[in-house]
Amino acid sequence: MITVEDLRVRFGGFAAVRGVSFAVGKGKSFGIVGESGSGKSSVLRALAGLIRDWQGSILLDGAPLGTHRPRAFFRRVQMVFQDPYGSLHPRQTIDRQLAEPLLVHGIGDIDARIPRALDEVALPANLRFRYPHQLSGGQRQRVAIARALIAGPDALLLDEPTSALDVSVQAEVLNLLADLQSARGLTYILVSHNLAVVAHLCPLIGVMLAGELVETIGVDDLRAGRIAHPHTANLRALAVELEEV
Amino acid sequence: MQVEIEDLYISFPGPGGAHPAVRGVDLAMGTEKLAIVGESGSGKSLTARAILGLAPQGAVVRAKKLLFDNIDIASASPRALSAIRGRRAGLILQDPKFALNPVMTAGRQIAEPLRLHKKLSAKAARAAAVDLLALVQIRDPHEVAERYPHELSGGMGQRVMIAMMLAADPELLIADEPTSALDATVQAEILRLIEDLVSRRGMGLILISHDLPLVAHFCDRVVVMYAGRVVETLRAADLVRTTHPYTQGLLACLPSLNHPRRRLPVLVRDPAWIS
Repeated sequence: MITVEDLRVRFGGFAAVRGVSFAVGKGKSFGIVGESGSGKSSVLRALAGLIRDWQGSILLDGAPLGTHRPRAFFRRVQMVFQDPYGSLHPRQTIDRQLAEPLLVHGIGDIDARIPRALDEVALPANLRFRYPHQLSGGQRQRVAIARALIAGPDALLLDEPTSALDVSVQAEVLNLLADLQSARGLTYILVSHNLAVVAHLCPLIGVMLAGELVETIGVDDLRAGRIAHPHTANLRALAVELEEV
Repeated sequence: MQVEIEDLYISFPGPGGAHPAVRGVDLAMGTEKLAIVGESGSGKSLTARAILGLAPQGAVVRAKKLLFDNIDIASASPRALSAIRGRRAGLILQDPKFALNPVMTAGRQIAEPLRLHKKLSAKAARAAAVDLLALVQIRDPHEVAERYPHELSGGMGQRVMIAMMLAADPELLIADEPTSALDATVQAEILRLIEDLVSRRGMGLILISHDLPLVAHFCDRVVVMYAGRVVETLRAADLVRTTHPYTQGLLACLPSLNHPRRRLPVLVRDPAWIS
């Protein structure tokens, strides 16, 4: 559904992404792991249209995307950010924030859709008229997911969606993402520095290092240690070592 | 060095009456590596900060005992407190971006406690700061000493903060989520560095985190907090044999590379944990 070919992103003289290619089928998940500065978030931001200055090609269902994204694009592809406190408007109620995508896309029936959207991410209906600061971190991330989903997109771009959360809440959000995917046939591109999180959700994983996708590996191969690149081996060893009690 | 806490309560006044954040915590530690683990809001940071007399503004702190090396923190004078803070006990915070002074070079920030607590001359303090940067394994300490915080990566910033805290040779180091803002590989490096320095210098360590298996690697003993209470204290080596459902839940809810599961077990909170 989403194909990226030889994507390059430069910030001034710095090449943040240096020729990244991958493809994700409809209803599938692709994970990108890497350290800060590896360019993983830049890939996602270029996909989302948040970075205008990129080269290469990005195809949505075979149709190439330009630097300017039409409104219809955002109806199909939505992004969820790491810090829900930063991505929700602090002075707008949850109701207002969930209504906005519906207004933008001219989708009616707002009054019925908002409670449904809250219910879908397992939030109680009485949260509807609260403000972000009155919610917990996990609730805020659920609101961010609900907002991304309310206009009925086909794909979600997830940038470290659980890194700011407690491990207990992380489990809830990961389960929620898995449930939503199977219920709606969503396509995910998930970026994280946590290999275990990416492996949990994505059967195919790209490993980024210094702007390049150094290895694309199936999750079974990763678990079994059938790894080609030393950086992947390094990340795996660390994840395995630290998760054992 | 001994820390003794008995029946610690910390509450915040609110419109609906006082909201208790820490409710009756007992804790005793010597020169050891102690982890305090719990979710956000469990009171783990508040408890550790109370040892330094650093409860947030407006918080009401009361305890039967709140002693740092037999000094009563609750009744200590500001002067006595400043003899503890930064000198006998250091605090490492989560994000070096916010904890370092943005308009002061790394070297000067590390030199400050040396001048203040050890009364070194400016020149001697600067030289000592460079040595400390080398100690926290910064490759080019002279160059890094001249940099401002915005010119440092997250891992380097955290090393600078550790160097700053080590400057006064403290007996206790409190690290409050020191690696949550860092990458997985850097995270492990920093925790190893802290663990190594603490062991070699014979300091006490309180490591605060929400990641139970992670801290268990670097500590001797683990205190598990939930909703302002200590629900379990156990040796890190005994963590796998924990009997408390909350501790078990925290361990089970992590996605694992080795033991993949289709669904992650979610904590089912039992009201009995807080009664």
